[in-house]
Amino acid sequence: MSQATLEIRRISGHAGPVPGARTQRQEYEVCKLVDTTTCIGCKACEVACLEWNGYPFSETSFNNSYQTMPEPAWNYWNLIKFNEYEREDGSLMLLMRKDQCMHCEDPGCLEACPSDGAIVQYTNGIVDFQQDRCIGCGYCITGCPFDIPKFNPASKTVFKCTLCADRVGQGLEPACIKACPTGCLHFGTKVEMKELAETRAQQLREHSDFPNAGVYDPPGVGGTHVLYVLHDATKPEIYGGLPADPHIPWAVKLWKGPLKWLGNVAMVGGLLGIAVHFLRYGRKRIADAQDEERSQV
Amino acid sequence: MNEETLTSHPFVSRSQADRLPRYTLAERINHWLSALTYMYLLVTGLGFWSPYLFWLTALVGGGPVARFWHPWVGLFFTVSVVVMYSHWRRDMHTNTADRAWRQEIGHYIRNEDEHLPAVGKFNFGQKLWFWLMVYGTILLLLSGIGLWLVDVIPWELRALRYAAILVHVAAALVTIGGFIIHVYMSTVLEEGSFSSMVEGTVSKPWARHHHRLWYEQVTGKTGAKQ
Repeated sequence: MSQATLEIRRISGHAGPVPGARTQRQEYEVCKLVDTTTCIGCKACEVACLEWNGYPFSETSFNNSYQTMPEPAWNYWNLIKFNEYEREDGSLMLLMRKDQCMHCEDPGCLEACPSDGAIVQYTNGIVDFQQDRCIGCGYCITGCPFDIPKFNPASKTVFKCTLCADRVGQGLEPACIKACPTGCLHFGTKVEMKELAETRAQQLREHSDFPNAGVYDPPGVGGTHVLYVLHDATKPEIYGGLPADPHIPWAVKLWKGPLKWLGNVAMVGGLLGIAVHFLRYGRKRIADAQDEERSQV
Repeated sequence: MNEETLTSHPFVSRSQADRLPRYTLAERINHWLSALTYMYLLVTGLGFWSPYLFWLTALVGGGPVARFWHPWVGLFFTVSVVVMYSHWRRDMHTNTADRAWRQEIGHYIRNEDEHLPAVGKFNFGQKLWFWLMVYGTILLLLSGIGLWLVDVIPWELRALRYAAILVHVAAALVTIGGFIIHVYMSTVLEEGSFSSMVEGTVSKPWARHHHRLWYEQVTGKTGAKQ
């Protein structure tokens, strides 16, 4: 885990090639693993996130649940979502899922962002917001399939989990990982974490009463750099609304793909069209004007 | 406008005496307010549209400044379009003469104006542009509010976020198409058009050539065709 993994692989709103592309030997991609089956909901990760990033604590709200607040906030990037779930046999499960930026391989926020360099993806897979380049348009909020980026009205910029890119660049694990007392959070390379997650899911399937246990690594966004082990991978929605098949919204794809091409062709075509019209037909003349009247036109 | 005010103009040396009043001072001020705000929205909007045009935002103070002012200027633009609507809506209903003119629009495009049927104060193309901007502004306003307040639209209503971006982009592109044609025609293609929006007056040959029915109406000459 070195500084070299923070070379830029993808960059938002950028005209021309990516400055950091293929300048580095590809070392590894980092990954956070969240095992929801061993989370006890202690919220040490929430506190560690606030402590490390130095943001003021947000107001909490009580809603007959252990959950700190309804959804993450611009200064609260890491929120355990609680859900009391009744299984088919009538037994209850108290589900807890640490919700944060998923660090998608194909990030919808980066795709939607119009500002050069406001969102970057490092070679290690971390998707990071650069607030000094952010113009506060909120397109990333539209682009995200997980509803993660949050707008700060005071700074007029958008914030989210950085996967502790500052710590990872210095060879440290993210703050939330360091704080976890049960070992339900792991950090390593994507390959290692995927193996660990699959092993744990298999264990749950074979040795516990969770035949649908599995790993959440949604292919619709090219996989994520945060993995979940779920008791029931067929129903991710019960874990505080984890989307079953997240994609970059088709509206964003349409806007940044065909519509952009169509619009550019139409605008350039329109300019060329009037130029050709002028060369072919010239100015309109007032044919029936008498000479002295024409001079007044 | 009385004869006295038509004899001189602060920007124009020629006498206004023998010219026909076409646009009032209020109409002209409002038109240029629309034009100015639209061009600001165009420059900043194109900056947000493509990374290859993001440099345009630097012309007006940089990305965050452009992002801050774009919606507010959009509100000013909307107000000017509402005022424009109140000025011209009665003149903008298409009539029989417009339909006849539309059939012959090929002649208009090829500058064969002598083959065109006579029309009133505004021709079919101008009316089309007017309604395009009226409806386009409604769509841009509604979708623009959605983009402005994207962070308060709840996740459950995220379809609104997606609709806002698509409608805003599509409506903007359509108005840009009209804007390109409008600017070309009124500054380059038709002599006398640009000055009509500056001075508020047109020459009699201009009126007779482009808007014969209106010319006959305001001068009282040959009221035959109506």
